[in-house]
Amino acid sequence: MAPAADHATTTGLDSRKMAIWTFIGSECLFFASLISTYLVYRGKSLVGPFPHEAWTSPAGQHFEPILEIKLVTVGTALLLFSSLFVVIALNGAQRNRRGQLLTFLGLTIMCGIFFVGMQVYEFTHFVHEGLKLQTNLFGASFFTLTGFHGTHVTMGVIWLITMFILALRGKVTPEKALNLELAALYWHFVDVVWIVIFPVVYLMK
Amino acid sequence: MATTAVEHAHADVHAHGSKTGLWSWITTVDHKRIGILYGATAFVFFLMGGIEALLLRIQLGRPDNTFLSPEMYNQLFTMHGTTMIFLAIMPLSAMFFNYMIPLLIGARDVAFPRLNAFSYWVFLLGGLFLNSGFLFGAAPNQGWFGYANLTSNQYSPGLNVDFWMIGLQILGIASLAAGVNFFVTVLNLRAPGMKLMRMPMFVWMSFITQVLILLAFPVITVALILLMFDRFFGSHFYVPSAGGDPLLWQHLFWIFGHPEVYILILPSFGIVSEILPVFSRKPLFGYAAMVFSGAFIAFLGFGVWSHHMFSTGMGPIADTVFSLSTMLIAIPTGVKIFNWIGTMWGGSLQMKTPLYFCLGFIAMFIMGGLSGVMHASPPADLQQTDTYFVVAHFHYVLFGGSIFALTAGAYYWWPKMFGRMLSESLGKLHFWLMLIGFNLTFFPMHFVGLLGMPRRVYTYPKGLGFEIYNQVETAGAFLLLIAFLVFIWNVIRTTRGPANAPADPWNGATLEWAIPSPPQEFNFAEVPVVHSRDPLWETKRERGGQLPEPVRVSGAGIHMPHPSYWPAVAAIGVAAVFVALMMLPKLGPAGVVVAVAILFLGVFKWAFEPA
Repeated sequence: MAPAADHATTTGLDSRKMAIWTFIGSECLFFASLISTYLVYRGKSLVGPFPHEAWTSPAGQHFEPILEIKLVTVGTALLLFSSLFVVIALNGAQRNRRGQLLTFLGLTIMCGIFFVGMQVYEFTHFVHEGLKLQTNLFGASFFTLTGFHGTHVTMGVIWLITMFILALRGKVTPEKALNLELAALYWHFVDVVWIVIFPVVYLMK
Repeated sequence: MATTAVEHAHADVHAHGSKTGLWSWITTVDHKRIGILYGATAFVFFLMGGIEALLLRIQLGRPDNTFLSPEMYNQLFTMHGTTMIFLAIMPLSAMFFNYMIPLLIGARDVAFPRLNAFSYWVFLLGGLFLNSGFLFGAAPNQGWFGYANLTSNQYSPGLNVDFWMIGLQILGIASLAAGVNFFVTVLNLRAPGMKLMRMPMFVWMSFITQVLILLAFPVITVALILLMFDRFFGSHFYVPSAGGDPLLWQHLFWIFGHPEVYILILPSFGIVSEILPVFSRKPLFGYAAMVFSGAFIAFLGFGVWSHHMFSTGMGPIADTVFSLSTMLIAIPTGVKIFNWIGTMWGGSLQMKTPLYFCLGFIAMFIMGGLSGVMHASPPADLQQTDTYFVVAHFHYVLFGGSIFALTAGAYYWWPKMFGRMLSESLGKLHFWLMLIGFNLTFFPMHFVGLLGMPRRVYTYPKGLGFEIYNQVETAGAFLLLIAFLVFIWNVIRTTRGPANAPADPWNGATLEWAIPSPPQEFNFAEVPVVHSRDPLWETKRERGGQLPEPVRVSGAGIHMPHPSYWPAVAAIGVAAVFVALMMLPKLGPAGVVVAVAILFLGVFKWAFEPA
């Protein structure tokens, strides 16, 4: 996606950076729609399991509140730290400190992978417990909202791994640090979205 | 305009020589070629949508007709609406975004030429996919609005709705990619001196349109994802028996759908605002008011969606709020109409074909606007909703508005795009046939609608007083067909003729008229410097009259992006992912894996290819 123009841009801002910001603006409406759907359907499920309340089915089967808040809090913390790590990694790229770049980029990726892993575990656990996409409105809106966020995290991890391989080959130089900055911008956005989703889904009762 | 590049002419005359052949079109990243691809593709879809409309009109030509089965009728009106909105008007506007925005702002290409190619290929595949339902006898049949729970597996068990929702999902990706591209292009690639408030009005209106696309399309993406999950994976987002609310669809759809209306009309406002000053020999009247009213229309456009839902019974408060916000839009729209009239007032009108179509646009759009204000009132709307009155209204704004303006733009910029002048006499014949045919087709719909004839119903019984109106409408529709056949004949005749259009046939005010027709690959041998809103008029004034015909230069030394087929591969990957999802029960997850692999291959090869 290198820009066509060989002259400086009108605003002085790199076109690719502006494009990422524009894309993020558009994505805000994507997540706003998903979060709104979740909120509209909060408490509207006709059958359990429910996120925060216990439920006994007409057949007498008992379900505890299904959310695993402790586990997800750890995941949330790691995702938040990964935003800090990617800033330090970018700083390393800009100052040509290879060790700093590789260490913190690696840490960022590890956090991302752990977060996705946590989500895979959470989803499998829920299905085991009897909550599927088809079970009730909570299941449908929960899996859709957090699933699309998880997909975004996965895309970010793939992007960051690509940058890591480039960094190993010495291709993330101070002049090309912008390439990493673009990935970092996207990563921060995915993180910020989770900062909204986490309280809405896990903390609000 | 100085041509420093001329000095290098002997160095490499073939640096930007003409490239021909199918492969050169598949790999092109030139905004002008992509613009032509958009235009040609959209015109074919426009003709398909037109033929669909003609079949509907034949069916409605007389009462109790059996020309079309009810099932076929449903497919045709759904595909007519979906095609005209997503595959005709939007991409015809995109043709002008692509071809004209870089020329109007003095740029050599868009910000991301390969992303631009990607948008086109995704659009083409989405359009083909949407229409492929016809091959299976299962074209979408639930209306372009796809209301839940008409679209549920229970009421639409066939593939019809699948073709529609997947097709729209693919098309949305094309629009979003183009939206990012043109947003950045307008902000970042302007020629030196072209401040925001010096941009041509078409660039302004297109820029506002990109903002609308970027903010509105993600919402329908989500609405369609929820529908996709309901249909493919058995979730219950729109299923009332499981607590789901079909109105959620209506809200999400119209939060997209009303801005979409302005996505369809704002580029047309821009085209008319370019043409009127040139053919009035006067600068655009009230430039700043035009910019701000356009922005205000777009802003209000996000706060009026529920006026499409008055009949769902939202209660007096919501009805009042949405009624008032809707009526408010009449103000900035009225500002625009008065400014267009003010532009012509006292001007030296050049009665050429583009001006004819602009005048037709203003008159027809005013009529569509007036009936629009009428259904902003909930009590009136309850009488009009789901009748032909509404059909009359939106055809006056979308056909009388958008199509008239897009046609004006085609006649205006044809010489720049193809180096040939379209025939004036055939153009005027086209105009009169279209104006008369249009009014014969759609004006009686006001009356027959108020008489109570419902939309989307395949026939009507004798003796309700609908017959004469419907006969006139059907006759008018055939006149419209003849009008566009005249246009096609005009194009064929012109294409066979010599390419002798001058660079500046209309005495234009904007930068594109300073360069040869058609422009060379790099557009501007030397990037122009802009000092005013009408840069070319200013230059002509300074130099005392018409400029000499610009010379074609070699362009050696000007770096232009290389052709690439990876955007097309990535586009195939995007379409394949959705097709694999649709075929999940048959292909299993393997199909999705292969599709995602194609997508990643395209994206990675594209990302690591030297620009």
